[in-house]
Amino acid sequence: MTRLLTFWVSHRAELAGLLAQHVLLVSVSTLIAVAIGVPLGIFAARRPRLSAPIIGLANVVQTVPSLAMFGFLLPVPLVGGVGARAAIVVLILYGLLPIVRTTITGITGIDPAIREAGVAMGMTSGELLRLVELPLALPSIAAGIRVAAVVGVGSATIAAAIGAGGLGEYIYRGLSMVDSTVILAGAVPAALLALVVDGGLLWVERQLSTRRRATSRQAVRAAAAVVLVVMAVSIVAAAGRSSAAIVVGSKNFTEQVILGELVAQTIERDTGLTVQRRLNLGGTLICDRALLTGDIDVYVEYTGTALTAVFHRPVTNSPDVAYGDVREQYARTGRTLLPPLGFDNTFAILVRGKDARSLGLKTIDDVARVAPRWQAGFGYEFLERPDGYPGLAKAYGLQFAGKPHVMDLTLSYRALASGQVDLIAGDATAGLISALDLVQLVDNRHYFPPYAAAPVARAQTLLRYPQVRSALEHLGGKVTAADMRRLNYSADVEHKDIAQIVREFLTRKS
Amino acid sequence: MPAVEFRDVSFTRPGGLRVLDRFNIAVEPGEVVALVGRSGAGKSTLLKLINRLLEPDSGDVIVEGRSTRDWEPIQLRRRVGYVLQDVGLFPHMTIAGNVGVVPRLERWTAERTDARVGELLDLIGLDRRTFANRWPDELSGGQRQRVGVARALAVDPPILLMDEPFGALDPITRVELHAEFRRIQDRVKKTVLIVTHDMREAFALAARIGVLDGGELIAFDRPERLSSSADGRVTRLLQS
Repeated sequence: MTRLLTFWVSHRAELAGLLAQHVLLVSVSTLIAVAIGVPLGIFAARRPRLSAPIIGLANVVQTVPSLAMFGFLLPVPLVGGVGARAAIVVLILYGLLPIVRTTITGITGIDPAIREAGVAMGMTSGELLRLVELPLALPSIAAGIRVAAVVGVGSATIAAAIGAGGLGEYIYRGLSMVDSTVILAGAVPAALLALVVDGGLLWVERQLSTRRRATSRQAVRAAAAVVLVVMAVSIVAAAGRSSAAIVVGSKNFTEQVILGELVAQTIERDTGLTVQRRLNLGGTLICDRALLTGDIDVYVEYTGTALTAVFHRPVTNSPDVAYGDVREQYARTGRTLLPPLGFDNTFAILVRGKDARSLGLKTIDDVARVAPRWQAGFGYEFLERPDGYPGLAKAYGLQFAGKPHVMDLTLSYRALASGQVDLIAGDATAGLISALDLVQLVDNRHYFPPYAAAPVARAQTLLRYPQVRSALEHLGGKVTAADMRRLNYSADVEHKDIAQIVREFLTRKS
Repeated sequence: MPAVEFRDVSFTRPGGLRVLDRFNIAVEPGEVVALVGRSGAGKSTLLKLINRLLEPDSGDVIVEGRSTRDWEPIQLRRRVGYVLQDVGLFPHMTIAGNVGVVPRLERWTAERTDARVGELLDLIGLDRRTFANRWPDELSGGQRQRVGVARALAVDPPILLMDEPFGALDPITRVELHAEFRRIQDRVKKTVLIVTHDMREAFALAARIGVLDGGELIAFDRPERLSSSADGRVTRLLQS
């Protein structure tokens, strides 16, 4: 509890910014969802035959997991990609269902005698809607808006996966650092925000359903004023963060966040340019896409990952061939691969130290004989990629007791240490390896391709800011595997603040 | 020229049930006519054909000399006041708001609307200071029914349609309102068509009574002549 409070106090400016982004994401998307959903609901209410398909469609949309939705939208022009715009599109899609449904319920639930009275006194359908149907459906519609906004506060935490910011950034950062304090630092304000939004809109709803038009008008005005003020404050607060010259990205695990911070601080120190951090993006594909579209200017990639996952090139075992090939592929797509940082983060096949010692396991070959009795646990990426599990199993003739468990990469270390699984594929530079007494088995058949870490930047950005190029080149060879493991250890095990760790590291190096 | 006239009107409900079969009737201006018949005899349908909430399958409904088909529906409905069985007051509007709806639709000024609302509240015997700003759910059934009448009279339409207007009230209130209705009608002199299943109500209010049975008008006459009718179907209805 004290750690959480200390974290908030020391990160208060960042916390305020993320909260503002969160509120902005939810309020903008909810307002647009209202602007689309209410007319759609009115339309559907008047054509009963259409209301079932419209509700059905909105239902289907809602069942798509939000991360999958971001994935679908990634390649879509205009609305897709990374950043707040794509997040808002997804949040709008989620908000539509409750709003459409309650609009339909509100309008179809009106006493037929009341509607007939309106028609019979010569109201046009527009007058009937404006004077009778909408006012009477308003409490119901307000309930839908409340649900949409509260769901939006929750869903918006996932927007951090595509770099839209918001309180989800702490949650992702905490997950990648396996640090519950940081997770709570984002989760608690998000939950409080949901409660506040729920309570506030419930109050508005109650005012509306008292059927007292004068007071309900005041309530609507008050609510609108609150929303506008909150949005204005949020825009000011969020805008303060986006005037940066250079945007640095990273994937969503500790080492990547550290490297992102390292690149960001290096640029800040050496060039004096303002840097915006979009760390914790949801994976290789998202980072690559963001770099292509210019949502980020630079992030650190691994040659082996770029070769196979980004460019779908054949696997090679030579570090130089891999680096050269990747640099050429990047150059063709307007991006520049800078000199390697100095360490290789290949996949590490890990077992418990206890098992390695008692069974005499040193190489991956050694595991083949015990594998049929063992359970393996792998991250999503390792299971799918060409240089991942399928090839590994073939190269070493591995056969486990069952299908490998799919688990989050960062959680798999603890799953291994606690005996839930017996073998995992981790990162060679993971700080948790020594902390949890895990042992890396030697890749004696040289199955894994080289994974030299190197910054990749937009060529345009480097042309515009040559000083960024020299700063990044200057980083070349500065980070050894031992350095990286120690940095990871400080973050993952000692739970130190990443910006602080990197600052100390850079001071020590220079 | 009759205010409302049905010429050979046939109407079939969506289910296929024929409720009116070559139906004829003519109602003179300023006359109060009650239409009686068992439930399902097509009485409400008849009223809805007049303000074009429904259109006949064949034949013509003629209002002020013009077939409803030739009337612009909105215009027609502003010339024909309509009081529903369930009143249909707008629950989100005050009494003044309800009575003033049509004047506002007609773009009357606020002063003119207010003056008219006050006049109508006086007419139906509700004190304007007490009731203007009350809400429908604060009124008794009888008071709501009167407000329904006031609302229908707001822009002074020449024709008034009333669908079981006093059906949901207790017998004492009903008798009170009958007297009230006659008093109001003496002052406003509208052409009124009242639909009811209650013979006593028809006798209390109407100058002429039409009896509906099997989609036809089997009798249409003054009350005292109707009670001496020799038609078995009419006498059975009178006794029920």
